[in-house]
Amino acid sequence: MKKFINNNDDFLKESLTGFGKAHSDIINVNLDPSFVSRKNKTKDGKVSLISGGGSGHEPMHGGFVGHGMLDAACPGFVFSAPTPDQMQAAAEHVDSGAGVLFIVKNYSGDIMNFEMGAEMYSGKNDSIITNDDVAVEDSTFTTGRRGVAATVLVEKIVGSLAEHNGSLEECKKLGEKVNKNAGTMGVAFTSCTVPAAGKPTFDIGDDEMEFGVGIHGEPGRKREKIQPSKTIVGNILEAILDNLKPEKNEKNLLFINGMGGTPLTELYLVYEDACQILQSKGIEVTKSLVGNYCTSLEMQGASITLLKCDDEILKHWDAPVHTAAMRWGM
Amino acid sequence: MSVSFLISQAKSVQKVIDENSAEIEVLDQKIGDGDHIFNIQRGLKLVVELEDAIKDLPLAKALNMIAMKVLSGIGGSSGALFGTFFMTMAKSSDLDKDVDFNKACEMIISGIKAMKERGKADVGEKTMMDVLLPVSEKLNELKNESEFKPGLNEVIKIAEERMLSTKDMLATKGRASFLGERAKGHIDPGARSSQLIIDTICKSVINN
Repeated sequence: MKKFINNNDDFLKESLTGFGKAHSDIINVNLDPSFVSRKNKTKDGKVSLISGGGSGHEPMHGGFVGHGMLDAACPGFVFSAPTPDQMQAAAEHVDSGAGVLFIVKNYSGDIMNFEMGAEMYSGKNDSIITNDDVAVEDSTFTTGRRGVAATVLVEKIVGSLAEHNGSLEECKKLGEKVNKNAGTMGVAFTSCTVPAAGKPTFDIGDDEMEFGVGIHGEPGRKREKIQPSKTIVGNILEAILDNLKPEKNEKNLLFINGMGGTPLTELYLVYEDACQILQSKGIEVTKSLVGNYCTSLEMQGASITLLKCDDEILKHWDAPVHTAAMRWGM
Repeated sequence: MSVSFLISQAKSVQKVIDENSAEIEVLDQKIGDGDHIFNIQRGLKLVVELEDAIKDLPLAKALNMIAMKVLSGIGGSSGALFGTFFMTMAKSSDLDKDVDFNKACEMIISGIKAMKERGKADVGEKTMMDVLLPVSEKLNELKNESEFKPGLNEVIKIAEERMLSTKDMLATKGRASFLGERAKGHIDPGARSSQLIIDTICKSVINN
């Protein structure tokens, strides 16, 4: 394992402290319990959005705390759900009285810990669960699909509604709509290495890829020989379109997300391939996002998310945002 | 059950889990995301380190401190589930009186019941509940027997059989559930760690 690390016990604390210093104009980092919150207090009457999850997906979620997006984020250990006291402390810190909406990715550990945090928090609160990964089927044999990159889109779009004084109920409703309108699938060329483990999470041949990989290096649909980008992108889009079934005249946001170890040069190539394929199918790409937003440590690979957009979603996507990892319009 | 019993069991369990950590890590990497063993090890370390802080406390207070430590120090599913387990045990009535075998069984049974409600998982879903629920049922049969040591041998056997039975199950809860058929053929790491914990504690009670 080659990583910038001093000792494993301090890995997260040192990284969070650095994050806090690097972005001290936007956020504060609290330790014990750990949470990232906006530098400026949540204005009265604004619903607070709190997300969180295991670390190792940076910039998700701490990088999305700031104007127009989250009010706080609770980072767990690498790939482990955060603990209820973090969510309770974050909620008490940011809630201005309008209530708290927890945005939770669909993993058992996250759901249980957020549930307990919500029970421990005495203020008004509600939750939405994201589950956009179309790679693993929703069937009687699963607890449902995994929550992955579309969580970023949910946080951005609901963040804008909250900034525009949307109520807790309205924020929840919009978040659920965005989640339902989004489909994601990823592919990995290499494994990630969890610092505490010291070795790669999975073995993969030089000429192989994991199709439908999860953001923790969990297996996906199948192991395949690597193929030209256009073939890979075509197969991913086929799975997403099967699931989302966008209408021909519908507007869409195309999100190419890097898993951490793939350069932007390749991500833009993936974007180009995806645009061409979607165009050939008569599917309109109206908005774009390309970059490393929901990563899996140093994994090489990418995920593609397609989000069907109505006017409400488009308006809140374009609205100003000012966070460590996403900034436009201000 | 006493505070010193809890501390000595935590130490024994820590030793056994450490000895088997490589195996559990591999199981989790096959069907999960590889964090389970680190969470369990971190939790045991935190509980063992509590010794000085809890050794002179009444049982209810000690259990509550363990629960809060586990809940805030582990994370993941294990933190929520084992935190719930200890929190429920701490809420048992009459902990200021002598906690005999019958009472200890009742506390463990109520703790496992609360874990089941928190995780919304049942037997047959390839999780730690495949081990814990049958063990809980057996303890319910045993709790009123004056000679409980033979029964604890059965508990050890049940835990092992149920742990092994997770190998051929499809997962419907936990991170392995996303894999469908691909999760088959591997023992659930949470079932394995739970079985090791039960095995260690039962053997220690039998031998004392």
